[in-house]
Amino acid sequence: MAAPFDLNDDSVVVVIGTGAGGGVLSNELAQKGVSVVALEAGGRYLPQDYINDEWESFGQLAWLDPRTTSGDWRVAKDFSGLPAWIVKAVGGTTTHWAGASLRFQDHEWKARTNYGEVQGANLLDWPIDGAEMAPWYEKAEAKLGVTRTGDRAGLPGNNNFKVFEAGAKALGYEQVHTGRMAINSSDYDERPSCQQVGFCFQGCKFGAKWSAAYTDIPRGEATGNLEVREKAHVARIVHDASGKVTGVEYFDADGNLQMQKARIVCVAGNSFESPRLLLNSASSMFPDGLANSSGQVGRNYMRHMTGSVYAVFDKPVKMWRGTTMAGIIQDESRHDPSRGFVGGYELETLSLGLPFMAAFLDPGAWGREFTTALDMYENMAGMWIVGEDMPQETNRVTLNHDVKDQYGLSVANVHFDDHPNDIAMRNHAYKQGMAVYDAVGATRTFPTPPYPSTHNLGTNRMSENARDGVVNKWGQTHDIANLFISDGSQFTTGAAENPTLTIVALAIRQADHIAREMSAGNL
Amino acid sequence: MTTTPRSLTRRALLQQSVAAGAAFVVGSGYVAGSSAAWAMEVQHLQPETMATLIQMARDIYPHDHVGDEFYAAAVKGYDSADAAPGIEAGVAALNAAAVGAGHASYLAAGWERDRVDILRGMENSPFFQMVRGGLVTGLYNQKAVWPLFGYEGESFSKGGYIDRGFDDISWL
Repeated sequence: MAAPFDLNDDSVVVVIGTGAGGGVLSNELAQKGVSVVALEAGGRYLPQDYINDEWESFGQLAWLDPRTTSGDWRVAKDFSGLPAWIVKAVGGTTTHWAGASLRFQDHEWKARTNYGEVQGANLLDWPIDGAEMAPWYEKAEAKLGVTRTGDRAGLPGNNNFKVFEAGAKALGYEQVHTGRMAINSSDYDERPSCQQVGFCFQGCKFGAKWSAAYTDIPRGEATGNLEVREKAHVARIVHDASGKVTGVEYFDADGNLQMQKARIVCVAGNSFESPRLLLNSASSMFPDGLANSSGQVGRNYMRHMTGSVYAVFDKPVKMWRGTTMAGIIQDESRHDPSRGFVGGYELETLSLGLPFMAAFLDPGAWGREFTTALDMYENMAGMWIVGEDMPQETNRVTLNHDVKDQYGLSVANVHFDDHPNDIAMRNHAYKQGMAVYDAVGATRTFPTPPYPSTHNLGTNRMSENARDGVVNKWGQTHDIANLFISDGSQFTTGAAENPTLTIVALAIRQADHIAREMSAGNL
Repeated sequence: MTTTPRSLTRRALLQQSVAAGAAFVVGSGYVAGSSAAWAMEVQHLQPETMATLIQMARDIYPHDHVGDEFYAAAVKGYDSADAAPGIEAGVAALNAAAVGAGHASYLAAGWERDRVDILRGMENSPFFQMVRGGLVTGLYNQKAVWPLFGYEGESFSKGGYIDRGFDDISWL
């Protein structure tokens, strides 16, 4: 099935990474008859391989290569070597994601215009908008089978949602429902409906949740136009004297350095690895790294303003039963500066199993204040906060030349300081989240700090002008015509919504553009 | 997990052992609960050291409905040739701090709050942080502990919760 392409075949598009961006792009190109070699650093795991056990699954799927951290964010203290909770596997973090699939709101595409000057923030308008993206969102929603879009019904609410919904309504919130989820509420696209297993983060063993691992990837391979090389860790993108990229050097599964020639290279390694690769590809012609004439490669790192609120009640909830992210409150996602911050946030239910609750409820805490909370685990409900954070030039991914990975390559250092807007929004969200639970009789509430980041955005951002960012409105780098960015690192701003749907929509759109430009002889 | 060595019948154990604090007895090469409900052999650590470590583990993450055997299992990995010297040194420092606070030893401090005060005084030490950090998985990732908190673990083999109460909340 898989089409083996020769290393010297310089007609192929090389896609680096196979997650929401790279996995979708690879399939979409393959469906159009374009030859694609996808290089994936991780191995291949399918539903039968996924493990209903938090730590064991983490060991199977998580990206654990060394990284370093700095800045005032609490993750740098609690999880200094693990700034992100993302996946190293075919399908990337679509294996792990919760499935929340929300379109950006119209105002969020133009954050600089709508929020105005925010001191310390490097806000910029996207060069695209909601009208431009609407048809691509529709394709993405159909691909993912998003509930409450098209004619797809919502999921049923679990116990955690029922507590959340009752509290939200008592508080007067109106936009409360079981979410727009890439989890089947009935059979769809050869995948079954959700069986309420409760291990969405560990890979859906029923395949009810969309993941590129068992949809786009095998479908692309079935065309004969896509070859996925697993355990292929890209070291460097190379270019010719004219400045066009010509191929990719990678370490294969046996640790041998290989060189795959390419007509076009698309980078989709998540917001740490993508800029790291561009920076590690520095040459005499591009001493600051590829596509970095703006100096923006690695900058404007965003991770969403996050946090969680857990609460204990006097009766059981059993929040771990069923969909991990089982519902949403959208009333706070509006832009309303009267709350003391620009942008907005979503509240989404979340549950962790006992092992991860012990690790994440209050990292580093000990003694009875902590353990009496865990004693009430069965009576806990939980929600996650996800809001728009401010892009800051100094929040950035750089190369740490003092620390090398298993291939001897400099690792990414991730620096992040909270912006005052992020802090004001988080405090507001904590207060509202605790009020939701208090309204239904919580006996204790816990404003829980952010986990390692799963929404990593912005480090190769999209801009109208080449001086402001790394890629244009197609994800094509301003500097190098046949080099594209295809993941969340191209986000100009983060919006309040979980990013996967937008990454997928951009990838579908980018595939259309690349195929058209190839046909026209422009690429 | 902990095991009761074949030679250590309850009677033999209680006859051969000496008290280590209120909760534990120790003998040659083992530490056990004072009720002799469980016992654990130690090869590299002094039995008193392991008893102290188990008490320290409980004081860091006290759950009154979780038996000592689970704390013992959580720290059993430190009974290795590599880890033992560091643990002996760490526990010696813990006992020295206890003596400084007017107790004969850490285990001799009868009130949890006294022991916690001693721990607070050393909570930034690498020894404390190693033990605390190790417990996060060592204690809470024991499958045998999960039911004590109501957590049900894997559900795929049972078909998830679609027919097993994912939405059975009745008190709202």
